[in-house]
Order: sequence, then C-alpha cells, then structure tokens
Amino acid sequence: MIEIKDITKTYGSGDNAFQALKGVSFTINDGEFVAIMGPSGSGKSTLMHILGCLDTPTSGSYFLDAKDVSKLNDEELADIRKDKIGFVFQAFNLLPRTTVLRNVMLPLVYAGVGEKEREERAIESLTSAGLTSTHFLHRSNELSGGQIQRVAIARALVNQPSLILADEPTGNLDSKTGEIVLGTFQKLNREHGRSVILITHEPEVAAYAERIITLRDGEILSDEKNRSRKHAHYDA
Amino acid sequence: MTLKDTLQETYTALSANKVRSGLTILGIVIGISSVIAMVSIGTGASNSISSSINSLGSNLLQISPGAQRTAGGFGASAGRGNAKTLTQADADAISSNVTGVVAVASEVSGRYQITAKGTNTNTTVNGVSSNYPEVRNIEVAEGSFISDTQNNSASKVAVLGPTTRDDLFGENAEGVVGQSIRIKGMEFKVIGVTVAKGGSGFSNADDIIYIPTKSAQRFLSGDQYLTTIDVQTTDADAMTQVQADVTALLLDRHNISDATQADFSVLNQADLLSSASSITTTLTYLLAAIGGISLLVGGIGIMNMMLTTVTERTREIGLRKAIGARKSDISKQFLIEAIMLTLIGGTIGIALGWLISFGVNLTGLVATSVSLPSIVIAFGVSALIGIVFGYYPARRAAGLNPIEALRYE
Repeated sequence: MIEIKDITKTYGSGDNAFQALKGVSFTINDGEFVAIMGPSGSGKSTLMHILGCLDTPTSGSYFLDAKDVSKLNDEELADIRKDKIGFVFQAFNLLPRTTVLRNVMLPLVYAGVGEKEREERAIESLTSAGLTSTHFLHRSNELSGGQIQRVAIARALVNQPSLILADEPTGNLDSKTGEIVLGTFQKLNREHGRSVILITHEPEVAAYAERIITLRDGEILSDEKNRSRKHAHYDA
Repeated sequence: MTLKDTLQETYTALSANKVRSGLTILGIVIGISSVIAMVSIGTGASNSISSSINSLGSNLLQISPGAQRTAGGFGASAGRGNAKTLTQADADAISSNVTGVVAVASEVSGRYQITAKGTNTNTTVNGVSSNYPEVRNIEVAEGSFISDTQNNSASKVAVLGPTTRDDLFGENAEGVVGQSIRIKGMEFKVIGVTVAKGGSGFSNADDIIYIPTKSAQRFLSGDQYLTTIDVQTTDADAMTQVQADVTALLLDRHNISDATQADFSVLNQADLLSSASSITTTLTYLLAAIGGISLLVGGIGIMNMMLTTVTERTREIGLRKAIGARKSDISKQFLIEAIMLTLIGGTIGIALGWLISFGVNLTGLVATSVSLPSIVIAFGVSALIGIVFGYYPARRAAGLNPIEALRYE
C-alpha cells in the first residue's frame, strides 16, 4: 500500500526556487491500477521519481508498505527499489547486445538471487508478460518495439515488486503495439494482482486504468474512478 | 552482486567494443613489455660488466701511482698517467712483507706503434712479470708466456693478444710464434698468443701485447718505474686486511705520514665492482623509467577509455541504479573493467617483453635476463594502474544521479 501525505518538492533555493509539487496526498491500495495524468510541467515526473524512490520529497511523508521512505539515504533507497519497485520506461532501457533472458535477470543479480532461481523466475515473468521461449535467447536489439517493452515489463516484474511504475510506456510505440502493452499491464493487474501506476500525458492511455489522478501545476486537480475504462483486446 | 556476475558483466562490456578495448590494452602491453624488456637489458648489461670485472682475476688489488681515489668514485686524479712512484722494489716488498698475498705481478704499460711485415697497429704494450697470467686469468693458446729468465735478462720477446695477432698477421693467422714484430722500432720475437677473453664494454682485453717488465722499462719507458702492481690475495675475506697492510707498507716506504697525501692508490676489485654496478643500476633505472613512462601513458589511455565508457553508458548506469544497484555495485563493475584491461594487457605485455628480451639475447649484444621479481612487479603495477586510473571513472559512474542518468541523451 502506498500512502503519501502533503508531499512537496522544491528545486533550487531563494529567488530561483521552483515548487514542482505543492502538497500532494493520496493512497493507493494493493492491486489498484492507477493512471497519473497531466500535461508536461504538471509535476507528474517529479511525483513518479518520488514514488519510485529515485528521489526524496522536500517535505511530507511517503509510506510504502507501512515503511516511511521519505527520508532515506541513497543506499537505502537503492535497496527499496531493488525489493519493492519495478520500473518500465518510455525508452525501454534494455541492455543492448544482451539476451532477453539476461536483461530480465539483471534485477535479481543485484538482489543476490542464485543463478538457477534467477533463470526460473525470469522465464516465469517473461511468460506472464506474454513472451514465448522463442524470444528468450534473442538479443534485445533484435526484437520489435512492442516485444522490447514487454521484456521491460517482465524485468519490472521479476523481483515481485509491490508496485510497478510505468513512465509513458507507450510513448515510443504505435497505437496498436501500445494497446498490446497496456493490455499486458491490465492482465498483470487483473490476474496477478500487481499494483500498477501509469504515468502519462495522454487521456487515451490513462483510459486503461481503473482510477485516474490528474495533476496540474503541482497539485491534484482530480482523483476519481475511471467510469469509461477501456479494455485492451489483448492478444500476445 | 557476486564476483562471478561482475566478471560476466565485465566480459560483456569489454567484448561489446573489441577494437577500443584492444587498443587500450595495447597501450598497457607496450608499457609493461617495455618495462620488462628494458629492465632485462639493464640487468643483462650489469651482469656482463660484473663478469668481465671478475674475469680480470679473482681477489685482486691493483696499485696505481698517483693520488688516492675517492672511495668508489671515478674522480679524475691530476697527473695520474704521468705519476711515477711505484718501483719493482715496492712490488718485492709487498710480496715478502704482507701476509695473505698469493702473488704480486708488476706491469709497465704504454701505447706504442707496432709494425710487422708491412702491417701496423697502435696498441697497448704491457710489460709484465712471469706470474701475470695466474694473477689476471690469462691463458696461452699457442707458444708460451714470458719466463722469469726472459724477464731478468730483458729479452725482446712478445706475447700477442688474439686481436693484435689478427691485426698484424691476419685473421686467425697460424704460425705466428717465431715471427718478428717491431715495437717503437725495436724488433721483438713473438713467443706466444693468448686465449681470447672476449672483451666487451669499454676495453678490449685481447688487443694487447705482453713483453717482460724489464724489457718495457729498458726499451720503452726508459725508467725504473711500474705503472701497476697487481696483488692477488688468498681469498676475498683477506682483501680488506691486505689492502690496509699494502697501503701502510707503501706509505712507510715512500716516507709519507699522512695517508691522504699518498702518491699511489690501491684499487680493490670489490670497489671497482661496486662502482660499475652503481652505474649499471642507474642505467637499469633509466631504462625502467622509459618503460614506466609508456606504462603511465597506457594508464591514461585506460582512464580515457573508462571515462568515455561511463559517458556512453550513462543511461545504462541510470537503469542499473533504478533497478536497485547500489553505488558500490556500479563502482565495483567499472573498477573491475579497468583492472581487467590492465591485467590482460599486463599478461600479454609480460609475454611480449620476455620475447623481446629473448630476441635481444639472440642478437648476442647483451645477455639479457628476465627476473621473476620484474614479472611480479610488472603484474602488480598493471593491476595498480587499473585501480588508480579506473578509480576516478568508477567513482563518477557510481555518483551519477539515477534520474539524470536515465534522461541522458
């Protein structure tokens, strides 16, 4: 469960200070699929960095699974990311010239999981992300955009995180493969009960979530259930 | 992250850009191999100089006329070449009064023009006593050496060094014994030829003519003085004592009370060896320094490559941090990459350096020797260079902010 209270984030100081977040609070329960939407400059990237434990807030508190993570140092944040958070990026960020399997195993390498278990878990999450064994030994640069992003999703899943954070995951994809990727998130959320937070500026993408939080100028504009939720025609 | 995982990451990273890794390794290869080769040449030169000093004769003290030399130095002493203070009587006195002395040989040497059957050469003519061969490790290949009788009667006989023989009579000429040569216009009969000592370095011990001491004094120098007295002691331990006794004896004989005013100098072979080895050690250091500079340049090459790599892989580093890599994981990875480059370069460099040293050996110029310590040091230094030059790039990689690193274009 995620609970944030009065989160603010200020960059710079004095006259040059810029407040990217001006007191944001919400709670996300386990198994929710939430979209955080807003135009550029709304503070959604800053919020994502804080939710992803890549950054700490200037003030306010952030409880992740009942642990206050708002005042941890770099190394403690790294450990939280390792155990509790899975990232999916717009730019995929797979290691080039490296097999799909090794890419997915990478978080487990840092988590100190043994080699045999690593491979089993990587295969399991690749399968959940809708990839078949024919892809496993391909190099990441030999796959299509949609397949690459699903490898990235598998990588985000492999450490069994409390939270999957997807930052514009469809931004580099055409609408059809984008829908397949969003369908993958929906399936993982529905079938495996994973909490997913989708950060996007596109309402069409946010429409796949069950709850939409809209940010504007560092504040929450609206936080409501998505009444016209779209369901992807998922066919991996 | 286990070492095995780190090594696998390193392998992937280094093989991703084989040309660049190869060129960087080449820098280290050149550095390490030049250190190994240069030091082996220096060591070889030093060994050959010591062995040629030892071949002068063992447990040898050389007494020369002129001022006392400063210990171990090669300081010029004024008028040494012309100083005439030593006589045969001094030599006889040493022989009969100093204990621990095996033999005393006297020398009167000078350079003269030699002619024989229309050929001529200018070489050292050394008037020596009959025991000179045993004191100075000289063997006669053909004919015989100068006898006491010939010495006492100041016979006009000569023993040639092989080089002089070649110069006067042609390369490896046979039947030289019995021929005549002219030294300073006077006819001498050749009675023997010595075995080649294989001169190397600054002087050729084979380009020489030996004649009896008395003949040299009477016909060539025209006085009763000696240019050198060679004293052979019973063993190496006796040398210091003999040196002191000889000095005391000669000071007394020359009526000199102040040792610093001595009109002769006693050169201990060990002194000669130590001053020669101090020169060759300096030479070895110089050569090692030249190799060291290329090693340094190689190290800077490593740092350059690692910094480029860190910049190129900024996003990768950002990703690794995002999925939970700690600072230490990142810095370890980059540090091990740098160390791996230098260790591979070091290994190849040691092999190449050994090959170069072997090649130099084959040319016969210097008998090089690759020592185990130089290999161990080269290996250690290459690892150290990896650590030193990999540290800064690794720290830079580890210190990257994951958010900025992920955004890096």
